[in-house]
Amino acid sequence: MSRITDWHIMGALALAGIAGPLLLPGLATQIAFLWLMVVFALTWDMLGGRMGYNSFGNIVFFGIGCYAAAVVQRDAGLPYFEGLALGLLVGAAAAVLAAIVFGAAMLGIRGHYFAIGTLGLGIAAGEIAAGWDYVGAGSGMALPLYPGELGSRELFFCYSLFALAGVCFLVFRWLYGTRFGLALNAIRDDHDKADAMGLRTTPIKIFAWSLSAFFLAISGGLAANMIGFIDPRDVAFAGATFGVWMVLMAILGGKGTLWGPVLGAFVFHITQELFWTYLLGWQRVALGLLIVVIVVFFPQGIMGWWAARRARAVS
Amino acid sequence: MLDNLSLFVQYPPLAADVILNGLLIGSIFALAAYGMALVWGVLNIVNVVQGELVVLGGYVTFLAVQAGLPPLLGLPLSAAVMFCLGWLIYRAVIFRVVDKDIFISILATFGLSILFQQLANALFGSDVRTVDAGLGSLHLLDGTVTLSHVKLLAFVLALGAGGALWLFLRHARLGQAIRATAQNPRAARILGIDTNRVYAMTYALNGALCGAAGSLAVMAWTIHPYVGLPYTVRSFMVVVVAGVGNVAGVVAAGLGLGALENVAGFVFGVEFQIAFVFALMVVILVWRNAMAARKRSYLE
Repeated sequence: MSRITDWHIMGALALAGIAGPLLLPGLATQIAFLWLMVVFALTWDMLGGRMGYNSFGNIVFFGIGCYAAAVVQRDAGLPYFEGLALGLLVGAAAAVLAAIVFGAAMLGIRGHYFAIGTLGLGIAAGEIAAGWDYVGAGSGMALPLYPGELGSRELFFCYSLFALAGVCFLVFRWLYGTRFGLALNAIRDDHDKADAMGLRTTPIKIFAWSLSAFFLAISGGLAANMIGFIDPRDVAFAGATFGVWMVLMAILGGKGTLWGPVLGAFVFHITQELFWTYLLGWQRVALGLLIVVIVVFFPQGIMGWWAARRARAVS
Repeated sequence: MLDNLSLFVQYPPLAADVILNGLLIGSIFALAAYGMALVWGVLNIVNVVQGELVVLGGYVTFLAVQAGLPPLLGLPLSAAVMFCLGWLIYRAVIFRVVDKDIFISILATFGLSILFQQLANALFGSDVRTVDAGLGSLHLLDGTVTLSHVKLLAFVLALGAGGALWLFLRHARLGQAIRATAQNPRAARILGIDTNRVYAMTYALNGALCGAAGSLAVMAWTIHPYVGLPYTVRSFMVVVVAGVGNVAGVVAAGLGLGALENVAGFVFGVEFQIAFVFALMVVILVWRNAMAARKRSYLE
């Protein structure tokens, strides 16, 4: 009997990720955004789902990645791909540094206070970027033009984001199987007991946030180049869209599960593409309603619902 | 930046103007913060939709004035309409999340906040709105300090509402039921208090306070669909600093925040005022946590 394992699903997704943009070149940008959403949901879930720290401010690291890439590509005077690579590196380093600084200050805060505090962090970052002339203030920054031929640009970013999402998934999957993953769950389930057991909780929490920040910053640099333009409040520090979607996707799929965030990202992104066509002008109202409905009636997500169904079927 | 600060020293009446106006605006923050403290203390929910209730209260007054009513009538009207809306929100959503995980209530009210923000944007447009209350202004020190009468009214009203709230919680039957429910909902139910009704009335009362704050905000300042979250964060900050069950503390913290914010807006520039509000909250939370950690280390 052949049971479907993780490896089968991963193989199928890898095939789809490689073949999809070639078969459907018109949808390459949408597919690229799908992989971006997968990175969003996975990185949010490391803290929110696994560690029990519900951050509303992870968008900060995405924004840092966007701006670092844009500034490096503007000022370093390198050719496009070298500039992009350096920009991604600088962005990742800056975001990890920011995660260590903010993490040391904020990861001791718990519950209500951490959630609202990180919300403030995300909005403050957007407002500061919107007032800072060096990064274009309120009018944002334009990224350099992609030098390749027509149509290759979409494919390039689609495959880059696919690779990023794949690496992110594999790294997280491996980490969740180690002692580190268990330590995250211990912090979520009972922080004080985890402390009492001798876990060094603060470095673990800071490391987890830094890892999320690392992947988010790289996705930010790539997304900024793909979109071609960054606005402080609507692209880089887009708390009301990207920042909320992260949380929503992870919950929709089932937070704290391996496949939940990926599934949530797929379901959400595809549903959202439908909203865009049929709900012109009312998407954001629908988004608010969707959050309320999912959180109130469906807090366990698709994976949680599936697990409960299976448990009932067994008993 | 430092130029602006040195202006204060060179010309003290200007400092008086900025600080006094900030203090009076702060009374609006205090009004909204009473409601947040009430909901937090009784329902154990951080009400992220607080700011949107303030903004909607402002729109009620704005629409009433557009329809030809005198602005001051907008104040009780806003409070009444938002009382009803608060009750409806409780019946539709909040009662389902009262005894759930804090994360669920934060996210549900956050979803409501996005919902109302975008509804306001779709229905009333994204323009900045204000209402002329037609009350004139008070001029002091040869006209260098200008305080509009609406701001003074806000100040008096905030103090009055604080006192009334204190008396209500202490002496009214419903107020006592609210306090009992806050202390121990299970015991309150055993003693025959309909806690579900108490929760609904608490949330509706919060709506009324927000409605009054919003009505004053649109007369004394401006509103637009996206200023909701700053009001939520201001209320949150005030309650964190003052403590949940401390009416006098809320007034003091609200006024202080108003003054501080106005000074910061003057010194750093208005474009950084919102950034200042949010960054200040992060600093307050970090500082509060550091203080708590110090206390914990004494126990070791």
